[in-house]
Parts: sequence; C-alpha cells; structure tokens
Amino acid sequence: MLPKDSMANTFLVSIVLCIVCSLLVSTAAVALKPRQERNKVLDQQRNIIAAAGLAEDPRALSSKEVLQLFQQRIERKLVDLQTGQFVEDADEDYDPLKAAKDPQQRVPIDSEFDIGLRFREPKTWVYLVKDEQGELEQIVLPIYGMGLWSVLYGYISVDKDLRTIRGITFYEHGETPGLGGEVENPVWRAKWVGKQIWEEGQPRTDEFLRIGVAKGSPPPQLQPYQVDGLSGATITSRGVSTMLKYWFSSDGFGPFINNLANQQGATDGSSQS
Amino acid sequence: MAAPKAKEVLLKPIFDNNPIALQVLGICSALAVTTQLTTSLVMSVAVIAVTACSSAAVSMIRHRIPNSIRIIVQMVIIASLVILVDQILKAYLFDISKRLSVFVGLIITNCIVMGRAEGFAMKNGPWLSFLDGIGNGLGYSFILLTVGFFRELFGSGKLFGYTVLNPITNPDGWYNPNGLMLLSPSAFFLIGIIIWVIRTFKPEQIEEA
Repeated sequence: MLPKDSMANTFLVSIVLCIVCSLLVSTAAVALKPRQERNKVLDQQRNIIAAAGLAEDPRALSSKEVLQLFQQRIERKLVDLQTGQFVEDADEDYDPLKAAKDPQQRVPIDSEFDIGLRFREPKTWVYLVKDEQGELEQIVLPIYGMGLWSVLYGYISVDKDLRTIRGITFYEHGETPGLGGEVENPVWRAKWVGKQIWEEGQPRTDEFLRIGVAKGSPPPQLQPYQVDGLSGATITSRGVSTMLKYWFSSDGFGPFINNLANQQGATDGSSQS
Repeated sequence: MAAPKAKEVLLKPIFDNNPIALQVLGICSALAVTTQLTTSLVMSVAVIAVTACSSAAVSMIRHRIPNSIRIIVQMVIIASLVILVDQILKAYLFDISKRLSVFVGLIITNCIVMGRAEGFAMKNGPWLSFLDGIGNGLGYSFILLTVGFFRELFGSGKLFGYTVLNPITNPDGWYNPNGLMLLSPSAFFLIGIIIWVIRTFKPEQIEEA
C-alpha cells in the first residue's frame, strides 16, 4: 500500500472517490428522473384543476382521477400569443418556459410592464375546460411574474364570458411562508372569484384593464375588479397585480381572448379584435 | 476522549451535547424550515440520514484519506449523499421537497454534518461514527421539531397542517395568528429560550462569562 500522505495516494484517493461518488449521483438522477417528471406534470395538472375549481381538494385527487378529469373535461391547446390564434398540429412536447429562454424563439416583454422578466415565450398552452355537455365553460391560462424573492408561476381561470375570473392558483414560488407565501391561501384565492378583468360594458383593451391587487382594501369603485393586498407582503402583492395586468394586456392573452370573443359572437357588442 | 460507548455516542448529543443548543451549529436551516412541522420533520430525517451515512463512510476510509485533502474528501462524500437525498425526495415526496426548496441542498453546508465527520468519524470506527451521526441528527431534530411545533401552532394555528387554533381568517375563527412566529427572528427567540431551559436543568453547560 502507498503511504497515506504521498502524492500518489492523494491522487489515487481523489480519483477513486470522485468516480464512486459520481456513479452514485448519476445513477440516482437517471433512475429517479421519470418519476420526478411525472410528479411535476401531475402537480401542474392538479393546479389547473384547482384554478378551474373542478375539485374540492385537488391535492387529495389520485393520479388516476386527475388523468380522468383531464380526459373528460380539459382540452390543451397551443396559442400563438401575438396573433391570438390556436396553433394546429402543435408539438406535444413544446415547453413554453424553455422557449422563453431560447434566444431563437423568445419575445421581449415591453418594459412598461414591470413583471421582472425581459422575455416571454411566443406560444403557450391554454386549457379549455368543458362542462358535462362538452360546451366551453372556462379557460385556464398560465401566468407568471416576479414577486419579492422569486418568480411566481400559476394559473388563472376565466369564465366563458371572457371577463370574469373563476379562480387563481400558484404552483411554484419562493416567497416567505406566511407572508408572500399566502398567495396560496385558499381564503385569499377565493376573493378573486367573480372579479372582472376589464371595465364592465367596455371593450377588452388595455385602456379598460382594471384587474389587480389593491394596497390594503380596494376603493369602492374598484371593488368589482381588485382584491385586498396581502398584509406584510406589499411587493408580492404588487408582483401579482403587475403580472395579471401584463398577461391580460394586448401583449399577453388580450388578442387570444378577443379572438375567442369574436368567434363566440360575444354577448357584449363592444368587443374589438 | 477514551473509547466512547455506543449508547453514550447515540444519546448524549440530544440533551448533554446538543449540536444546536450547546455547540450552536447548523442554526441557519433551523430558522428556515421550521415554519411548519411537516417540513421540520422531513428536514430532520434528511439530516439524520446524511450525517449518519457520511460519518460512516468517512470513518470507513479514514486510514486512506491523505491529510492534505481530508476536508475536500469529506465534502465530496457529504455532497453526494445530499444530492441523493434531494433526488429521492423529489421522486417520492414531491410536495414537501417543493416546500423545502433549496434547503435540502444546503444540508451540504450544515456545519453539524461536516463537524461530525471531521471531529468524530476521522478518529473512530464506522459503527460508532454511524451512531454518532444518528445521535447528532436526533439532537438537531429535537430542536427543529420543538421550534417547528411552536412556530406552526402560534404562527398559523395548525399542527402538521391540521387546524388546531381556528384562525380569524376563517368565518368562525377566533385565534389571531402571530405573524412574527413565521419570520426567522422568532426561531432565534425560540432557540434562545430552549438553550435557557436546557442550561437551567444542566448548569454544567453554562460557559464562563
């Protein structure tokens, strides 16, 4: 055996140790990857169900029930954000968050919207939720934006009238538990239900965009559009507010929602394309 | 230190030589993950597993580790085990691993793990080192669970996610949650109080002023 403190032994020990450890780590990473990916997808699907309010407690649903709900009532479609049209023959593996990072595909975010990010994806997945008869009931849209410590990722559900919020949920964030982390609080999330995105009776344009989070309680004239800020979490609340303003603007889902409204022969005559 | 006994090695770190209360090591994660009991518990189990296995592994090869790179060797072993634990949590306890976020990875920098590898495992056999790792992990867990218990109970009125004190945010609630309990400073106060209580019963732990 080599003497313990010799140069040769030092190299030998470090090389053998590195090989053993890297084998251990890479085996675990490769072996567990499919399971981890499944967990991630399942978690997102549960959050879509939560945003659409399809289950009392989406966390309690088994993976089978989640799959069943998705097969029966939820249709995933790819939308080109710029034109607001559905993309036919979409690549099932398309990942919007990856596209938002890809210099070839990403689209700059207007600096007027301070969501803390400079680029977004060109196309994204939306989820059309059908009622039992197969008629469109609501649409679930992905939203994200910067809070205080982290980017908040979530879903927001809009009623088939394309003006009313049906639910909101955040599935990934790193805000302080108990303060900014209260974006997950069911009581606060319930306050969103029924809020109007645009001023009532007005076209769905940026000029009439009213949805947001107030500082403290919203003033009476904004009650139909805004919810109370989270106490002790001013910056997270502002983050949620800005991200909603962005995603419902003409830069976000505005064109898509207006397209849908036109197709439906929307109930309010004032909608514009 | 004459040849330590297995039972002592396992049980001493819980009260007599607690890594957090006496040595004041590893308190960063004790502040971060103790807002809920569930996360405290999972974190504790993760630290016990990592400390025990890394100590045993370091001890097994202690006669082969060259002095000049011993710290790096310990680091590599600890880091590999932590990544392993993190991967397993992501695969089997996805929800909790999401809440623990980076703190599982930060076990690597938890001074307790490294302290036991360098301070105990380099001088003792694998079995004793393994027990020592479990013992110190238990000492860490004891503090984490106590702190987690008070923070979750008074901060959100819950224990393990079940409502115990009905908070006023519910329609029929009466308990006004103490927001300070959810912030890191409250963990400092609680750890301070725990140290105070332990030293009241074990005055030999009091240091000379």
